[in-house]
Amino acid sequence: MPAVSKGDGMRGLAVFISDIRNCKSKEAEIKRINKELANIRSKFKGDKALDGYSKKKYVCKLLFIFLLGHDIDFGHMEAVNLLSSNKYTEKQIGYLFISVLVNSNSELIRLINNAIKNDLASRNPTFMCLALHCIANVGSREMAEAFAGEIPRILVAGDTMDSVKQSAALCLLRLYKTSPDLVLMGEWTSRVVHLLNDQHMGVVTAAISLITCLSQKNPDEFKTCVSLAVSRLSRIVSSASTDLQDYTYYFVPAPWLSCKLLRLLQCYPPPEDGAVKGRLVECLETILNKAQEPPKSKKVQHSNAKNAILFEAISLIIHYDSEPNLLVRACNQLGQFLQHRETNLRYLALESMCTLASSEFSHEAVKTHIETVINALKTERDVSVRQRAADLLYAMCDRSNAKQIVAEMLSYLETADYSIREEMVLKVAILAEKYAVDYSWYVDTILNLIRIAGDYVSEEVWYRVIQIVINRDDVQGYAAKTVFEALQAPACHENMVKVGGYILGEFGNLIAGDPRSSPLVQFNLLHSKFHLCSVPTRALLLSAYIKFINLFPETKATIQEVLRCDSQIRNSDVELQQRAVEYLKLSSIASTDVLATVLEEMPPFPERESSILAKLKKKKGPGAVSVSDLDEGKRDGGGELNGAGERGPESSVVSTPSPSADLLGLRSAPPVGSAAQGAGSLLVDVFSEAGPLAPASGVNDDGFLSSEDSAPPLPESDDPPCGPVPFQSFRFVCKNNGVLFENQLLQIGIKSEYRQNLGRMYLFYGNKTSVQFVNFTSTVSCPGDLQSHILCTPTKPVDPLVEGGAQLQQVLNIECLSDFSDAPLLNIRFRYGGALQNLTLKLPLTINKFFQPTEMGSQDFFQRWKQLSLPQQEAQKIFKANHSMDKEVLKAKLLGLGMALLENVDPNPENFVCAGVVQTKAQQVGCLLRLEPNIQAQMYRLTLRSSKDTVSKRLCDLLAEQF
Amino acid sequence: MIGGLFIYNHKGEVLISRVYRDDIGRNAVDAFRVNVIHARQQVRSPVTNIARTSFFHVKRSNIWLAAVTKQNVNAAMVFEFLYKMCDVMTAYFGKISEENIKNNFVLIYELLDEILDFGYPQNSETGALKTFITQQGIKSQHHTKEEQSQITSQVTGQIGWRREGIKYRRNELFLDVLESVNLLMSPQGQVLSAHVSGRVVMKSYLSGMPECKFGMNDKIVIDKQGKGGTADDAGKSELGGSGKQSIAIDDCTFHQCVRLSKFDSERSISFIPPDGEYELMRYRTTKDIILPFRVIPLVREVGRTKLEVKVVIKSNFKPSLLAQKIEVRIPTPLNTSGVQVICMKGKAKYKASENAIVWKIKRMAGMKESQISAEIELLPTNDKKKWARPPISMNFEVPFAPSGLKVRYLKVFEPKLNYSDHDVIKWVRYIGRSGIYETRC
Repeated sequence: MPAVSKGDGMRGLAVFISDIRNCKSKEAEIKRINKELANIRSKFKGDKALDGYSKKKYVCKLLFIFLLGHDIDFGHMEAVNLLSSNKYTEKQIGYLFISVLVNSNSELIRLINNAIKNDLASRNPTFMCLALHCIANVGSREMAEAFAGEIPRILVAGDTMDSVKQSAALCLLRLYKTSPDLVLMGEWTSRVVHLLNDQHMGVVTAAISLITCLSQKNPDEFKTCVSLAVSRLSRIVSSASTDLQDYTYYFVPAPWLSCKLLRLLQCYPPPEDGAVKGRLVECLETILNKAQEPPKSKKVQHSNAKNAILFEAISLIIHYDSEPNLLVRACNQLGQFLQHRETNLRYLALESMCTLASSEFSHEAVKTHIETVINALKTERDVSVRQRAADLLYAMCDRSNAKQIVAEMLSYLETADYSIREEMVLKVAILAEKYAVDYSWYVDTILNLIRIAGDYVSEEVWYRVIQIVINRDDVQGYAAKTVFEALQAPACHENMVKVGGYILGEFGNLIAGDPRSSPLVQFNLLHSKFHLCSVPTRALLLSAYIKFINLFPETKATIQEVLRCDSQIRNSDVELQQRAVEYLKLSSIASTDVLATVLEEMPPFPERESSILAKLKKKKGPGAVSVSDLDEGKRDGGGELNGAGERGPESSVVSTPSPSADLLGLRSAPPVGSAAQGAGSLLVDVFSEAGPLAPASGVNDDGFLSSEDSAPPLPESDDPPCGPVPFQSFRFVCKNNGVLFENQLLQIGIKSEYRQNLGRMYLFYGNKTSVQFVNFTSTVSCPGDLQSHILCTPTKPVDPLVEGGAQLQQVLNIECLSDFSDAPLLNIRFRYGGALQNLTLKLPLTINKFFQPTEMGSQDFFQRWKQLSLPQQEAQKIFKANHSMDKEVLKAKLLGLGMALLENVDPNPENFVCAGVVQTKAQQVGCLLRLEPNIQAQMYRLTLRSSKDTVSKRLCDLLAEQF
Repeated sequence: MIGGLFIYNHKGEVLISRVYRDDIGRNAVDAFRVNVIHARQQVRSPVTNIARTSFFHVKRSNIWLAAVTKQNVNAAMVFEFLYKMCDVMTAYFGKISEENIKNNFVLIYELLDEILDFGYPQNSETGALKTFITQQGIKSQHHTKEEQSQITSQVTGQIGWRREGIKYRRNELFLDVLESVNLLMSPQGQVLSAHVSGRVVMKSYLSGMPECKFGMNDKIVIDKQGKGGTADDAGKSELGGSGKQSIAIDDCTFHQCVRLSKFDSERSISFIPPDGEYELMRYRTTKDIILPFRVIPLVREVGRTKLEVKVVIKSNFKPSLLAQKIEVRIPTPLNTSGVQVICMKGKAKYKASENAIVWKIKRMAGMKESQISAEIELLPTNDKKKWARPPISMNFEVPFAPSGLKVRYLKVFEPKLNYSDHDVIKWVRYIGRSGIYETRC
């Protein structure tokens, strides 16, 4: 950079700025600025041309005024003029102004781009750098459009200066981040990768950022960088601290570069080549060894740099997860950090250990640090560190240490920070369930949990404990006893009351033998909490009371008394009032047999994944608890309570579809027009009609509350549902519109459009008869795991009525998540003249719909063709022609396919080649196609190459039917 | 009620902080500084609500006065108090400036203790305050017990604003009618809005406890008298003589010394005046306003880079009167790059810092006219925004009341001492100033 001469100091600017700084008030500042603006305007207006220096000065002032927050609407032209100056400072100010104040003013953008182009073409490295910096600073799409092609050339050109290369690499990275579709590396790929071998460390550092970003998007194209990165890393690691001179930072050789290299390697699986792998392992070992060496300096920068490399290396080791030796060493190293003075180091160590704990090789090693971690949980001052410690405890927990860890976490919970309590509660609940051998221990733990941190115990936790108690006979008695004892505390949490009410209602009889917990004592205990609880809990308690009547007939009078009192039977809450009325009637009218059947013990819940785990996952976001997958955990628990709606109808107790899991699970339906009393009388009617011997199955939930579903179900037609009608897939591969299905009744037309990975499909259901279709429904389903590849959702359900001769439209929104081979199914049901029609069709959705055509030249094509030469990337078929082999027909079909038909690429003019990119949400898959017709033999040879084997295969199959 | 009162300098540093109620914490001081004084966007509302705390502020030059409360107080009362506070401070130490406040801060705390009690405004009459709060140190033996009890009885008594036993050799009375006239006029000369807000300020140096009576040409009073007597034709003749004879006052407020009951029943203003300077009444009129000046603008845009402006001002009052300190402010577009001005009278200059041409004329007699023409060069800009053409504003001072108010009499009775109305020397002065006096162009 040319030295700034003294004359370039711009005194006027300095005076102006100091004036502004000295202003006493905002008004004074505005006055000063107005004055200056008027001055600049008159100068710019002036007839005599300004020299470069004053232009620069005034543009600088404008920039300063703009940065103070005032609008600037002139001076852009002068700034653009500065760009063509030959003086560094003037050019620099011009670029500065442009990058700060650029707007998409069309004429100016053209001028600016022109100036940038000139500078890029100039051989002056400083000017090139300025231009590159400007492009990167603006980083707009327009800039990318104008220069994305130019910059890679500068980057790999042999005669470019090192500093320019650095700027070019970073500029390209910026453009790639803003508009990845415009930056196509293509032929430059290999040369960019080889920048890793550059002599200049700065260039390597800049290039590696670019390569890391690019290889995250297309790992395959940059695969070659692994070996280069390893060799570079090993050279740095093995170098003495003095070798790299400028790039040695406090005795650590090139720490930034090392970190970036290690991070780049984390984009790839372990290298397959033994030699490369050996070298890498050696490097990692050296890094671990170096950590043991005494520090060369006491400065914090030295240890920071060293530790940065070490942690990055450990992440790489964890990422590979294949070297037991290294994993254990890493774990030991982290263990040392656990007791380090630096809080940050302890935090990082805990965090890394969390991931180490999930590896089978190092799990045991991590476990040895349990005491330290527990200690950290207790003594750390920083809450974020404590949080990490809790995470680690959770991650390292297994059957052997579960009791200890759960106990520690529980005791910590009493003093834990409010911010992490809820999460801690969930973790304790999960661990307790996952590693419970002894269910009484589990019940104890959860009840303790509710006692200690009741406010933070979410619904899921206590649902779960009830599920488990209900599903396991052996703990029921113990649970009832424990709950009974817990409830004796003068102030217990509402959640405890809920659990208590539920469990005593179900299993109170198991402890009723003891005079200290006789039925009446139990009831009085529960009822003493009644008035302190919220409405849902009270509702649950009422259900518990009616269960008591069933379990202990001797309490009947007392409980009826309670139900009959005004605060229940005339409660202002409809739900409570209704329950009180219904239970009272139920207990007085129904015989003991009926009661016993209606109020039978809850049947076991179906086995399901723990809902707590789902909640924790949701709370922490995916990935964060990947460690905690319940894979090897037991699933003794059973299904979640709130999803227990699908129990069989033979279950005598009314099922509980409502989330407020309670004993009888009376659906808390919104009060219908009739007030609660009306509902009560309805109930009485039901009973008086049915008589005391009403069949238990009749007393289902719906019968209780409403009779709106009383109409007998319509007889289903006995027509066997037809199996999926396979669409003639070949018809729709190359076209988007047409008739999908037709019979005497119904015609289904289809019209679809696709863009990138999104699509929209219009389905037209035409009624060909003169009679209306009723109950018309259409559903789209994705069989198997297709769901995870493609999303197909109707915008809204179709109208259930289709008049004769009418047509109905439905719109499906389609999103392609990743490549797929099967197609979603469309199921249509309707009733035609009393007969149920059932129809299942395959939607004509094929992978080629998401093609984006790519134009390229012959050279490009063959280079890529060669890059995709792995055997699994290619799919080939030789088949006989089924249709005309006319050239134009073939062309039309290939165009309909969605790929770009490339002319003048193949040396044989009879052959066709196409190129395209399959756009899916997850990735983009480049595809190349070559079709070689042989007219004499009436045969084709079709070759497809793509970066993904499944795609090549599927496309080949699809296309073979076309020709 | 007012919970606290803070005074800040322009940087937001606290000069005075007095908290009257417990619900106002120390953090309120910072809240106002952060949200109002240092706000990114200039806060234009005088009332700001921050965290359920209301801040009422007025700004005098670079000094901010903020009253704070958590209650739902009468905002008008709070502002009245703040203005009164400013008046009191001005009466004690002159201009309200940072330096003066720092120099008198003990005094200000003393004053605040006296005029606000638990957040309720008390006596804010300068004359009365000056008797027991002084800027000089007071020796305690100077005041006898008798005098002290006198102060107490006076302050708590019925006439708290005047003490007994005042004696002057020359009984003198000064009366100023100060008005400010506000106008918004369309380019075609149509009055869009106009009103006059006026004050009657008195300075009285009278002995004893005199009873005064003030009379003006209030329409209601004149009409009543007209009906009472047979002066129907007399009124007509007067109308022909000196323009109009009575004015309609829209609303008025009085100094606490005026007997409001008497005003309500008889519409007469009678009072026992405080000693020294005070504001007797404030009023507002909107009808039949005499507009002292007429501004006739002519703006022509010549292409994108030039603007021609011609402004004529006409004075519209008796030729014998002289207007003073006339200043016309013609706004210029934001992309002005050069201005040439030609004016026949006075001096005109383009002030870039204010984006305006300022034309100053020292004196101008009635029924005259003067003209200025300017050529403004513009710099073409990228913005397609049109210039908003802010109005041309004007400042002046005229020696009459634009509302038409006339003082008919001011009588003084002092039955106990032996001087009569004739012995009092009375001075009356009218000053009309411009408020916001704007003409669109």
